[in-house]
Amino acid sequence: MIENSWTPDQPLVSLNNVHKSFGDLEVLKGITLDVMKGEVICIIGPSGSGKSTLIRCINALNDIQAGSITVEGQEVHDPHLDKLELRKKVGMVFQQYNLFPHKTALENIMMAPLLVLKQSKDKVEERALTLIKKVRLEGKENSYPGELSGGQQQRVAIARSLAMNPDVMLFDEVTAALDPETVKEVLVTIKELAEDGMTCMLVTHEMGFAREVADHIYFTDRGVIVEHGPPATFFDQAQDPRTKEFLGQIL
Amino acid sequence: MEIVWDWFEWLNKAHGIKLTIFYDEWDRGRFLKGIWTTIHLSVVCILLSVFVGMTGAWLQMSRFVWIRRVVAGYIAFFRNTPPLVQLYFFYFAVDRTLAGFFDVKGGMMDSYGWAVISLSFFAGAFNTEIFRAGVEAVPKSTIEASEALGYTKFQIYRYITLPLAYRVCLPALNNNLINLVKTTTVAYAIAVPETLYISNQIWSDEYNVPEMMNVVWIVYLLLVGVLVFLMHRWEKHIKVPGFGQ
Amino acid sequence: MISPNTIKSGKTDLPVLLPFKLHGATRTASDYWTEIISNKSFVIFILAVLSLWMLIDSAFAQVTGNPDQTLWDTIVKWTPLMMFGPKGEFGGFVLNIVVSFIAMGLGTFLGLWLGIGQVSPNNLIRRVSWVTTQLFRNSPWLVLLFYFMLLLPFRVELFGVDYDIPGWTKATFALSLPIMANVSEIVRGAIESIPTGQWESSESLAFSRSQTLWRIILPQCVKRMIPPWMNWYCILTMSTPLISILGVSDGMTLTQDALAAEGRSEYLIPMYLWLMSWFFAYSYPIAAWTRRLENKFVIGKGVL
Repeated sequence: MIENSWTPDQPLVSLNNVHKSFGDLEVLKGITLDVMKGEVICIIGPSGSGKSTLIRCINALNDIQAGSITVEGQEVHDPHLDKLELRKKVGMVFQQYNLFPHKTALENIMMAPLLVLKQSKDKVEERALTLIKKVRLEGKENSYPGELSGGQQQRVAIARSLAMNPDVMLFDEVTAALDPETVKEVLVTIKELAEDGMTCMLVTHEMGFAREVADHIYFTDRGVIVEHGPPATFFDQAQDPRTKEFLGQIL
Repeated sequence: MEIVWDWFEWLNKAHGIKLTIFYDEWDRGRFLKGIWTTIHLSVVCILLSVFVGMTGAWLQMSRFVWIRRVVAGYIAFFRNTPPLVQLYFFYFAVDRTLAGFFDVKGGMMDSYGWAVISLSFFAGAFNTEIFRAGVEAVPKSTIEASEALGYTKFQIYRYITLPLAYRVCLPALNNNLINLVKTTTVAYAIAVPETLYISNQIWSDEYNVPEMMNVVWIVYLLLVGVLVFLMHRWEKHIKVPGFGQ
Repeated sequence: MISPNTIKSGKTDLPVLLPFKLHGATRTASDYWTEIISNKSFVIFILAVLSLWMLIDSAFAQVTGNPDQTLWDTIVKWTPLMMFGPKGEFGGFVLNIVVSFIAMGLGTFLGLWLGIGQVSPNNLIRRVSWVTTQLFRNSPWLVLLFYFMLLLPFRVELFGVDYDIPGWTKATFALSLPIMANVSEIVRGAIESIPTGQWESSESLAFSRSQTLWRIILPQCVKRMIPPWMNWYCILTMSTPLISILGVSDGMTLTQDALAAEGRSEYLIPMYLWLMSWFFAYSYPIAAWTRRLENKFVIGKGVL
């Protein structure tokens, strides 16, 4: 475990003036936000505003050029950081599910705890079956991803990340590739997760979900956080004209 | 130039590295001739095999079942038998049999000629498959449009199908042609005076096997390397905009 | 309306060019002849032709005054030698096949590591792997054979005992090198064709790079590597007669010896055709099987 002096009254995830460029193109231009333990935050905004990049920086899939990101007090972009240790604490679910096609749903969920955390097979299997039940996929343990629908695959992906017992879960537009009917089943799963107390950071277009479940909403446009606030004030009393324009387009 | 040759002579005297192809005029001459033979053998085979491939692809579209079968048989034969054995077959078996039949003394054709025939038909078989795949990538609607404009079948093949087909199949074709250049070394077996054969003669005369082997390897790497580079440039140059990855 | 065949072209949704399918679903020469050969009447036809030929052949032998040896007799007489080599020695066509197996096995093993090296994040490993791959991909196989057969020692001393290294061993090693290079390219291509999402989700689950490679990526690569790998095996088998040039007693050498012993020019074409038919009979089924596997993996159910 990483030695530091983090306590739960400090932010679990903290971004401070983060700048990121892809070559000459600057995608994040000074992002600052804090997430407390147990909070659910949603990041919304138009395409190309840097939302996905932002999320991916938090578990070190992308690097940053300036600023700092800390998870439980540990600086993420420290060159001496053991990325594997970080990723045991930060779970991520992708838009394209990215399940391992050559393994069954149960095996997908069991692989990481077995091979990375080196837990015993019985314990891991028991927890995996619990998680399958939790995401409401009983009966699909031995199905391969190719045999599952998009929504089912995404729920397996969520269970797979949960199996590692992370402290914070990142969701990168996880319903964007799904049919409207299956979006609901995934959102219900995430909502239950949030109600159980998991700290969640979601990049999403689902405004209804954001309004209902989020504790705090951040609106990004062209690499900066334009406005943020709790759902009640954010949706009804948006201040910035860009925010109002965006909300007008999608609501 | 003399300075360069003298340096190699020094290399021999001082370190025993015997590279006579640099400082000995006779060896230098025949080595360069050998390289030249490899180059023009490769070029002739490339051109002829491409022609064979285009013709074969054309014949495979024929209405007559037996023409198609003959072409299919030709491809199956040349793809599933060893190129060296094919070469021997042509040079030793076919040549002597034909010579006996027509009563020609000393063989119908020299080794170079049979090497060209054998290698061109060998590569041509692969090319036919490649061109066929390229031809099939041209949509039927395009062909129909050309027919509607009054093109004959041959004109369609020449002006519409082939230009589109060869752009599509160029990477596979280039790969095959590079393999063809590497395969020209089998001509050694029937005493065609190409690079490898001449080098063998040189190292038998001069007893400098390690030096010559290294030189031969490097020469072939350069020849193939230059060809690979040119092929890539050509592929980039003729790419159809908007098509492909 | 966009059809499945449309390539992403500029302003039109009509197909400009269809996908290039060298080994796709269309009927190739192999499929054509597989159908013909499996047809019963064709087999009967071939048998009829063969019997007719044998009749003519023995009649011909009677006429030319050599009644004891028809072509058929000659073939039967020399086949054991051509197939298995001289008595007490290991050679002939069987040697060609054995060389192809060993060279393929060794080349595949080395090529796997070289291919993995080509995608390594370590700069040095990646460059060295790339250079090695290009070096052996672009070298003519006969030159490699000469190089290693002439420059490797023919006798070696290990722990005080002298071992003779037979020619065919050195030849096998020399042939495994271009296979290594080509397998390296196949492996690299397969790894690069796996979507990056697999790497990302794997890393996000805290798998190390080596765990990701061996447990997630490579298992998915195996299926797509098999058809090109089998294709190279066929090419390798067709290249094994090259060892005859360097004096190894394989099927080619012994066929030439047999023909020299007989000294009859009318046997030349048939004997060469006989040897070629063995290679054909060995290679053709493998090529047809490869073609079937390619179709299965290209068109098959979505998972891989």
